[in-house]
Amino acid sequence: MPRTITIDPVTRIEGHARITIKLDDAGKVDDALFHVTQFRGFEKFCEGRPFPEMPSLTARTCGICPVSHLMAASKACDSLMAVEIPPVGAKLRKVMNYAQMTQSHALSFFHLSSPDMLLGWDAEPAKRNVLGVMVEFPELARDGIRLRQIGQTIIAILGKKKIHPAWMVPGGVNSSLTADKRDDILRMAEEGLDIAQRTLTWFETQLPAFSEEADHFGNFPSLFLGLVSAEGKLEHYDGFLRVKDHTGKIIEDMVPTDNYQDIVGEAVESFSYMKFPYYKPMGYPKGMYRVGPLARLNLCDSCGTPLADEALLRFRQIQQGPVLSSFHYHYARLIEIVHALERINELLRESDILSEHVRARARGNRRRGIGIAEAPRGTLIHDYHIDEHCLMTKANLIIATGHNNLAMNQGVKQVAQHWVDGNKLQEHMLNRVEAVIRCYDPCLSCATHALGKMPLHIQLLDTQGKVMDELTRS
Amino acid sequence: MSTQPHIITLTIDGRELSATVDDSILTIARQHKIDIPTLCFLEGLSTWGACRLCLVEIEGTPKLLSACTTKCVENMVVKTDTERLKQHRKMIIELLFAERNHICSVCVSNGACELQSLAQECGVDHVSVPYRYPSLQLDSSHDLFRLDNNRCILCTRCVRVCDEIEGAHTWDVAGRGIDAHVLTDLNTLWGDSESCTSCGKCVQVCPTGALVQKGTAVAEMHKQREFLPYLTKMRRNHP
Repeated sequence: MPRTITIDPVTRIEGHARITIKLDDAGKVDDALFHVTQFRGFEKFCEGRPFPEMPSLTARTCGICPVSHLMAASKACDSLMAVEIPPVGAKLRKVMNYAQMTQSHALSFFHLSSPDMLLGWDAEPAKRNVLGVMVEFPELARDGIRLRQIGQTIIAILGKKKIHPAWMVPGGVNSSLTADKRDDILRMAEEGLDIAQRTLTWFETQLPAFSEEADHFGNFPSLFLGLVSAEGKLEHYDGFLRVKDHTGKIIEDMVPTDNYQDIVGEAVESFSYMKFPYYKPMGYPKGMYRVGPLARLNLCDSCGTPLADEALLRFRQIQQGPVLSSFHYHYARLIEIVHALERINELLRESDILSEHVRARARGNRRRGIGIAEAPRGTLIHDYHIDEHCLMTKANLIIATGHNNLAMNQGVKQVAQHWVDGNKLQEHMLNRVEAVIRCYDPCLSCATHALGKMPLHIQLLDTQGKVMDELTRS
Repeated sequence: MSTQPHIITLTIDGRELSATVDDSILTIARQHKIDIPTLCFLEGLSTWGACRLCLVEIEGTPKLLSACTTKCVENMVVKTDTERLKQHRKMIIELLFAERNHICSVCVSNGACELQSLAQECGVDHVSVPYRYPSLQLDSSHDLFRLDNNRCILCTRCVRVCDEIEGAHTWDVAGRGIDAHVLTDLNTLWGDSESCTSCGKCVQVCPTGALVQKGTAVAEMHKQREFLPYLTKMRRNHP
């Protein structure tokens, strides 16, 4: 008899989601769906507001990555104003974005995902969390907490607040950098780089132990989409859109960000509040693509910083062509932390970084502005329309996690088919289903992280809705 | 010739103080550093008594009276800081927040807003009445300034400064009760107003983010109000 397993909520992710696993008569997995169960409504309630409010308003989408929204929104506003922002304003924005990349990736790797890798997917749920890591692997836990603190502190030094700094504004940033602050940031970036390198080395030695997970955690062909610089290097702030297929062939390159709608379409499904973006020329759902750290490293020709480029070469030894397993998002994330801290170091040592010319001022001179940047989880698109009085008439937000929606659904199905046996449910089977979602580090509500404190309730139901088997985790 | 003494004595919060009969309780309290919260009152403008935040208790009077509009009387005993008053003020602020859409975190006046400061001073850490979430329009038609009715508390400082100091009388209040709102030139878009001189006084006296300068991002709107007492004094001396 066909049955359904529900994992609700999915834990150790940012936001609220549910997974439904459908079993066939033999108890084997027939299908699996990833449902995002919350509704935010930002696109709607931005309407009617003055566009200069957009950076801080849309940043409230997220408590983990507000800087990403600040940046994409500020860029969209720059475009509405039709200004070229002062070069130092752009550099300072980049520094904050790299700090954001560091803290967010550290949160994903150390706090949310490392418990699975360090303590085992089969470990007791009560211990399989960051506190359990602190007990068993105190050095690594300390490194993770410190690395995240470094990212957050750099954000606070620049913007006066760790979360929701109102420092990035249309036209640039609202205060320049002082020599004291620059030196403080440089010291912390150096310390952070040591931690990131140490963790990367450790992770590379552990990779053989995760070969089964790497083979089955969202390991499938897909397209990859993200920004690259004009030279084809890893880029998080400016640049052009590039799309590669699973063989490594570049099928779109140097697409100006203003033309994103030529290649990105948006679909909706009745089982989830999250959009399903797809690569337009291939249609829906065939045009499934992935974004984020894995995609970015698959897309770029090089990172452009020495330590990250060395690591990229090792990363590309995993397989010929693009790395396809979503498990390696973790690996890519660690390489990006190294890159981010190297770039902070480079940017802050530039001779003009203390310039006080950090902001351009103008009114809304265009009716439409598009801002695209790379958030920790992938390409983030803010697309604004304003009226003649500079009030918002329409906002289209394509959040990084949304791009991965099709891929996450496919990943959930793959893991469920490999591990879940409907005839006898075991908790570790379902933890692996959740863990594949954690690879993507989805930011669903973009508000908080639950650190495994949310209860997990799984029920195996028959077609009449009768409970056949049950697992509860609190 | 009046028999009333020119100088009278009253007690505010247990302190014996001197005043003239023309002084309001608020004036004397502030002269002696006794803090009474206000929102609609602004030195240099006529008193309005609308916000009710400066309510005080007066011995022998069952009603609470506004300190800004009540004149000092001989032997008056005033209390400004009782538990009852604190609860009233807290409720008034809660009602102001619930009435419109004051979203401090994304307001251009965040950190420099009188309503927000008062809420903090009065210990308003939550709003106990349901929010109304009205759908209110912005008027962004003026070249330099913007009106956001979502943030307006109807203190009428803009109406008074425009009429009494600038002499333009661009602003008025339309509607009654919950439908009351400020408008320019008898419901003309601000940008089309013929009476507005674009002096910006209304923006500077507005206690919240209702009237702001364009081009300001969140938390960047800091208002300058020092000019008002000076202008008022000059006008009084040189009619």
